[in-house]
Amino acid sequence: MFAYILRRIVYVIPIALGVTIIIFGLVHIAPGDPLNAVVPPDAPQETVELLIKAYGFDKPIPIQYGIWLGRAIEGDFGISFATGRPVAEAIASGVVNTLVLAVGAILIGMTLGCLIGALAGYFQGSWIDKLSTGFAIAGVSVPHYWLGLVLVIVFSVEMNVLPAMGMGPGGSREWAWDSEHLRHLVLPVITLSVIPIGIITRSVRATVAEILTMEFVQTLEAKGLRSGRIFLHVVANAAPTVLAVAGLQIGYLLGGSILVETVFSWPGTGFLLNDAIFRRDIPLLQGVILVLAMFFVFMNLVVDILQSIIDPRMSRG
Amino acid sequence: MNESPASPSSIDVTQVVAKSRNYWSTVLDRLSRDPVTLAFGAILLLILLSAIFADVLAPADPFKTSMIKRLKPIGTDGFPLGADELGRDMLSRLLYGGRLSLVMGISPVALALVIGGFLGLVAGFLGGKINMAIMRTIDVFYAFPSVLLAIAISGALGAGIVNAIISLTIVFIPPIARVTESVTTQIRGLDYVEAARASGARSLTIIRAHVLANVAGPVFIYATSLISVSIILASGLSFLGLGTEPPNPEWGLMLNTLRQSIYVSPWVATLPGVLIFITSLSFNMLSDGLRTAMDIKL
Amino acid sequence: MKPALLKVEGLKKYFPIKGGIFNKTVAHVQAVDEIAFEVPRGETLGIVGESGCGKSTTARLLMRLISPDQGEVVFDGMEVGRSDGISVRDMRKRMQMVFQDSYSSLNPRMPIEGSIAFGPIVHGLQPSVARQRARELLAKVGLDPNLFIRRYPHELSGGQRQRINIARALALEPDVLILDEAVSALDKSVEAQVLNLLTELKQELNLTFIFISHDLNVVRYMSDRVLVMYLGKIVEIGTVDEIYDSPRHPYTAALLSAMPSMDPDKRTTVSPLTGDPPNPINPPSGCRFRTRCPFAERVCSEVEPELQSLSGPVSQKVACHMTNPSSGHTKVNSKGS
Repeated sequence: MFAYILRRIVYVIPIALGVTIIIFGLVHIAPGDPLNAVVPPDAPQETVELLIKAYGFDKPIPIQYGIWLGRAIEGDFGISFATGRPVAEAIASGVVNTLVLAVGAILIGMTLGCLIGALAGYFQGSWIDKLSTGFAIAGVSVPHYWLGLVLVIVFSVEMNVLPAMGMGPGGSREWAWDSEHLRHLVLPVITLSVIPIGIITRSVRATVAEILTMEFVQTLEAKGLRSGRIFLHVVANAAPTVLAVAGLQIGYLLGGSILVETVFSWPGTGFLLNDAIFRRDIPLLQGVILVLAMFFVFMNLVVDILQSIIDPRMSRG
Repeated sequence: MNESPASPSSIDVTQVVAKSRNYWSTVLDRLSRDPVTLAFGAILLLILLSAIFADVLAPADPFKTSMIKRLKPIGTDGFPLGADELGRDMLSRLLYGGRLSLVMGISPVALALVIGGFLGLVAGFLGGKINMAIMRTIDVFYAFPSVLLAIAISGALGAGIVNAIISLTIVFIPPIARVTESVTTQIRGLDYVEAARASGARSLTIIRAHVLANVAGPVFIYATSLISVSIILASGLSFLGLGTEPPNPEWGLMLNTLRQSIYVSPWVATLPGVLIFITSLSFNMLSDGLRTAMDIKL
Repeated sequence: MKPALLKVEGLKKYFPIKGGIFNKTVAHVQAVDEIAFEVPRGETLGIVGESGCGKSTTARLLMRLISPDQGEVVFDGMEVGRSDGISVRDMRKRMQMVFQDSYSSLNPRMPIEGSIAFGPIVHGLQPSVARQRARELLAKVGLDPNLFIRRYPHELSGGQRQRINIARALALEPDVLILDEAVSALDKSVEAQVLNLLTELKQELNLTFIFISHDLNVVRYMSDRVLVMYLGKIVEIGTVDEIYDSPRHPYTAALLSAMPSMDPDKRTTVSPLTGDPPNPINPPSGCRFRTRCPFAERVCSEVEPELQSLSGPVSQKVACHMTNPSSGHTKVNSKGS
């Protein structure tokens, strides 16, 4: 099994490299000269050439890629075209803000998802089951950016109990654990949690239902084990699958939070991404996508390895 | 064996060629007995038809602006569903918007089905090094969360309907290719494929005659389950300004532009999203129902 | 002896096992290890052995569904796969196979007619002629063409499907039919019908059979000669009477003694086989059977016995030190010398 883990880690490296190549390549397939983002159109020729040299645009593309990658590994993502500040700074603060959202959403998703899913799995076919399944399907069918908008309309516009935008008072960009920030957190985190709730509910329900039909549970019942104990057995067997789903969801949420962050003007990585795209801020763009994608790859790896440890059937040792 | 019984009737039993139920007619039969799926299928049909016949159904020109009529609420005279921020009739824009939203939602999946399906089929059937080469490349794209990849590619290519479709197609090729490869590999190991090889047929013939029909079912179901995601993503791209460009009517874009007006006309602003939701939900339910109907233990 | 229609020489197939960090090949499953035999035209050769002995792999090697690592297969005097011999594709026109699982052998989405006509069409026959042949074959295997021609596999019973598999195999008008556990999955009564069908067809079409099974009674009923395999090697081969009445290899004897019999005279003192066969990845040195053989001695672990003819008017060949007077085994039977 150790060999499997090692093999899995080694295998990630070419994938990660491939990801970096794609990210780097994306920018260069974009129509338009990347230079236009930095250089004002009426700049004199010497300035243009100076800037080209400064940003390394004169070097052949594979070299540019190598330089970029080398610096990125060390944590230097370059300077933002728009703000002139190190990209790494912006990403760091953005990541924190998005993590707050994502982790919050996962916690809600796990709690509600496990609860509803387990109930649905236990009472298969009942109205609880049908209701939860309907709820779960709705969860994955709803465009969450629209849901955010609806929540804003209900709670901010109509009822005026929660703020419509931003992360904190005065357009705060630094997360803090105070009541103001928490008030701003409520709507976005609920919005973001809808999809994980849907997916986790479905997954838990299926797993619980499957375990309950397995013979060893019926053997336990026949032996007279109290249903509380059976419940623990079910939990133990369902845990690997559920954890896997949750783990994957975190990675997914981190990468996919842009829509919700746009609705709520939440200053996280998604918001940064939006900015970077429209201002053609290449270093920022590359940096953000790189960090988010790498995190997703990393989460996938962690989930895989954890699963192979917890669930002996999965390991190919 | 099986001779016609001595029967006084004039019908010669041996002449009756037994009509057997083939697979698809069984599926259709099961579907027709599933009221929930049928209901959502009907809803979907309604949405599709209203988009196709938008020019007949729409009461007004979706591009005609009128600054006086800005943001009129639902139920205003002449504007049954209200007016948007430029005074255009919502109902008409929603109807026409369906066209773009549906096209942008369905075509990437259709394209990805062709491309990804082909790749997965080749990888699954040929196995070995070719399989590794194709699937590892696909894995690299699979390493991105789909929303991120869609936005990254769209961002690189720029706004526009075609660019958005290209971007989403690329996003959907990996999952479809994976599923196709998995199913193809399974089927390739079955005895009837071995028997076909044993009769001396060449690979292409075997794929065409035996593999394709059996792979198509599961892959198709999987693809239909992706449509609901595609619709949300496509509208999402427009919502971010990366898909359809104004003044074209499209549900996601409408959500974007109406967003500024939520304090003035909140409920009008939510209408496009309602449609996205219903459409996506219907595709999901339909896909689920199809999967249940096709899951016949033969 | 009639000239051999099929001759196998030194056939070997090892399957690599991957493991370790870089998925390198760490060991091999020695599925088929240099076997050789002949099948004269018109004969039924039975192949018996426990699960995992290599019978099915042998069948697939013959049909070239798997490529051998070593060895040659000679069909009607021509070596298979060589440019001066017979091509694999042409060989498949003359040798066909019927598989064990009647259901998974048929494409669930294709009507029966299509499945049977597929082979001939692939080899160039006109579709309409091929379909006509399909109907004739259905009748030949005892199914009414009018009722079955457009049916799908899931609508039929196991016995019917297996008849169709036979019809499909016969569609190319082969000389040799390999039956790989073809009746093992059928109910006994259906099995009897199918076996009778096979016997009739063999007579009528002048076929040659290779009949693989783990069911010793069925093999006895169907075969002219029998080949016994153990862990990838042939341990004994002879006519059906020679094998069943006077088995010379301890393994054969043990297999036969485990056969239930109604005949009170057929009592035996040979100890039945115990334990599981050892791992084909790391077979025992010398004679592979020695770990379960009541007569094993030191020479058995050092030297691998070769398949040798017994002296006398028998065609039997045995791979055992006890039948080889010069082996050094203490229990060499007198019959062996």
